[in-house]
Amino acid sequence: MVETIFDKSRPTRRAVAQRVKEGFAQQPLPEHQLRSAPPMLPEVSELQAVRHFTNLARKNFSIDTHFYPLGSCTMKYNPRGVHRAAMQEGFLNRHPLTPTSHSQGVLACLFELQELLQNVTGTAQVCLTPMAGAQGELTGALMIKAYHTDNNDHERTEIIVPTAAHGTNPATASMAGLIAKEVEVDADGDVDLESLKRVVGPKTAGIMLTNPSTCAVFERRIQAISDIVHDAGGLLYYDGANLNAILGRARPGDMQFDVLHLNLHKTFATPHGGGGPGAGPVGANELLAPYLPTPMVTKTENGYGWLDRSVRPKSIGRLSSFMGNVGILLRAYAYSMMLGANGMRNVSAYATLNANYLMKRLSNAGFHPAYPDRRATHEFAISLRQEAKATGVTAMDFAKRLLDYGFHAPTTYFPLLIPECFLIEPTETETKEELDAFADAMIAILKEAQTDPDLVKQAPHQQPVGRLDEVQAVRQLDVTAH
Amino acid sequence: MPFIPHTHADKESMLETLGIASIADLFDEIPDRIKCDSLPDIPDGISEMAMLHHMAHRAQEDASGVCFLGAGCYDHYIPAAVWDIASRGEFLTAYTPYQAEASQGTLQLVYEFQTMLASLTAMDVANASVYDGASALAEAILMAVRVNRKSKSRRVLVPASLHPSYLATVRSIVTHQGIELELMTSHEGLTAVSDVDLENAVAVVVQHPNFLGLLEDVDVLTNRAHDVDALVIGVVNPMSLALLKPPGDWGDTGADIVCGDGQPLGIPMASGGPSFGFLCTRMIHVRQLPGRIAGRTQDKDGNHGFVLTLQAREQHIRRAKATSNICTNQGLLVTAATIYMTLLGPQGLHEIASSCVHNTHRLVDRLTELPNVSMRFATPYFHECVLDFGESTEALQQRMLDNGILPGYPLTGLIDKGDQAMLVCATEVRTEQDIDRYYQELTNG
Repeated sequence: MVETIFDKSRPTRRAVAQRVKEGFAQQPLPEHQLRSAPPMLPEVSELQAVRHFTNLARKNFSIDTHFYPLGSCTMKYNPRGVHRAAMQEGFLNRHPLTPTSHSQGVLACLFELQELLQNVTGTAQVCLTPMAGAQGELTGALMIKAYHTDNNDHERTEIIVPTAAHGTNPATASMAGLIAKEVEVDADGDVDLESLKRVVGPKTAGIMLTNPSTCAVFERRIQAISDIVHDAGGLLYYDGANLNAILGRARPGDMQFDVLHLNLHKTFATPHGGGGPGAGPVGANELLAPYLPTPMVTKTENGYGWLDRSVRPKSIGRLSSFMGNVGILLRAYAYSMMLGANGMRNVSAYATLNANYLMKRLSNAGFHPAYPDRRATHEFAISLRQEAKATGVTAMDFAKRLLDYGFHAPTTYFPLLIPECFLIEPTETETKEELDAFADAMIAILKEAQTDPDLVKQAPHQQPVGRLDEVQAVRQLDVTAH
Repeated sequence: MPFIPHTHADKESMLETLGIASIADLFDEIPDRIKCDSLPDIPDGISEMAMLHHMAHRAQEDASGVCFLGAGCYDHYIPAAVWDIASRGEFLTAYTPYQAEASQGTLQLVYEFQTMLASLTAMDVANASVYDGASALAEAILMAVRVNRKSKSRRVLVPASLHPSYLATVRSIVTHQGIELELMTSHEGLTAVSDVDLENAVAVVVQHPNFLGLLEDVDVLTNRAHDVDALVIGVVNPMSLALLKPPGDWGDTGADIVCGDGQPLGIPMASGGPSFGFLCTRMIHVRQLPGRIAGRTQDKDGNHGFVLTLQAREQHIRRAKATSNICTNQGLLVTAATIYMTLLGPQGLHEIASSCVHNTHRLVDRLTELPNVSMRFATPYFHECVLDFGESTEALQQRMLDNGILPGYPLTGLIDKGDQAMLVCATEVRTEQDIDRYYQELTNG
């Protein structure tokens, strides 16, 4: 029986050291505005709290404890020095509305990060405020829409996304009030140009592309795609989910993308925090830069300051309460400072080397890469369809069994068009020994699937819980303890 | 090569396995025309020591003094254990709990978080958080329009005393789905909703305490909105709910959706982010609630465990028809907030909220002893108050800043004669000496 913190609670017990003041003589608030019963928060000692959450932490796989080759998520080492840099009192205690005269330190970091990201992506201007990749996507879609509206081009209501695209792409299109139109991907993982020509037209607002794509291959015909879409009057949006694959080797701006976002929690190694926070800065070429959100940071002879709507009248406006996830931006800045230009090029070099090496090892052992004739990028997809057909053991079973071998599973069933898919991203910070051990585990599990399939189908066996019933979780919805 | 473990021998052996001569060969599918072979404008890398030295210098530049600023971000004390534990690698460097069996720590914590938020707001369910308070309100409005089947209207009423950045953010996000935002009339800083306003409204937003720190008549607003079948969206400061009537109890039947920013619950101010936004609602609307939700279930042996549930609402399944494009939550901040609420408990949170109310009232009483300083609105307030300084606050603010005091948020352009007014706040960390210093600096001017 799992004990929640509420099971440990006892009336009137408390963490006494956290007491501030009590017994204020007069309560200045009107009686009818007051709460009648206290909230049901846990009543525990400080040690109970510390022990409870420490023990919860120990039930997690994480980069710090396990190889975590979650494709498309870039689970690489998050440097501790960078965490310390952002957790300094001066940064933590700065109120967001402190006047710029007393904020020059943080503004200098943000301004330099804007410039650095412009250099890395080949864009004219960067705005740092979007708080995650999905919000960066929304920003891009809204900027494209604003541009067309500005040009009285009101018929452009469609945005093209490849069938293999991440779910956030079509969901973003809807949020922006645009209609997602799908374009086919060919047998080699590239966008099908004939299909693209059929979809583009006077209604095309733009296209959202990831490159390397979500199929984990480089989109070789990017120039042709760009020409087709631009010739039709549409714009190109670059989803920066996979920028780490080409960091310092090819820039989206040079591929004719008009607007893009970066996932700093991927390429720039900021911690994923069990689901966030992220940061999704957006860059744009000269054409779209006027539409970037506010605020942005500027540098004048009087020091650093903010650019707001009053000086950026075409901006799509504000997207957060203050200035986005500044703490994450500071981490990305500190990380990039440690890497420098060569370090950035080594990110793409070794991420790609590791992915290609692991793909080769798995393919030598009889596994089936989804695109066997293509180079892996920073990640690669394999299909376990044949294994599933032969043994009844699915990609999900493989994933659960990997946990018992001490590896977090790769991303499963994504992209959707690859059956029984594993998307595997080892990242540049893993050793050859770790990759070899992972390949050996996959080989061992394949053997188990052939000789004792139930062992794999019933996995995991060595985790805090066995395989959990997700259907029951939906049918008998239990989302609070009270 | 910082953080890259490969020895020369590793690299050679891996290239040999691949049958290629150099790493450059791995990029041969990228057309030469778009390749770049260097990043000339980016400097060389530096060591951790040098980086930390540089960052320490930058952080020290911003040491800005005693904080009487609030306006949506608050200077609360954070117990040592909160970030000690939240910074553990198992929380810090995990990701969205896709593999539930290997993520029970994060999932159980989110479940406990949902329980605490639902109880604080007196609602049935909470999600695992969204980006921040402003974006939470945008999501709440989109959700309200989806769930209100009694109204085909897309007209949403927002108070004039809503946080201005929230209003701006909501405007950027929701108007693209054909939603019209209309400001309600206000009187003496409080929302004075009229029958004309309410006609054909699909939802009514109530911020409480409002941006000016004032307590709205939430019972009346809620009932009037419900009378015309509009949904009520409450925007609240979670700290205030230790004392104030929770949105679930507003009026006869309570608010329908509740959102806000979680920063007061153990999150450093940190220039305003990362923080987290929370979203709570009634069970009948749970399938339209955006974002991640953790649920309790069982494994095959009947052991309890936790999973992400109701995923059929989300972008990775529903794609263009998802409730939102949001893909993550603000997991790390939710971790900190859950530990914070646990360490404080109901009594501790009550004391801190009371202390904030007490300190701000002390500050206001003291400063209004001065003949030129007065309260702008004669209405009950929580832990923020609009003070009129009888003259432009610009020079005053600069002088105070130079003397190590952040005196408040200037309201220029936000209210009538805003250039003479500031929104001030004194949380539990402000002492009688701090308040006295503020008073002395004012009298010195």
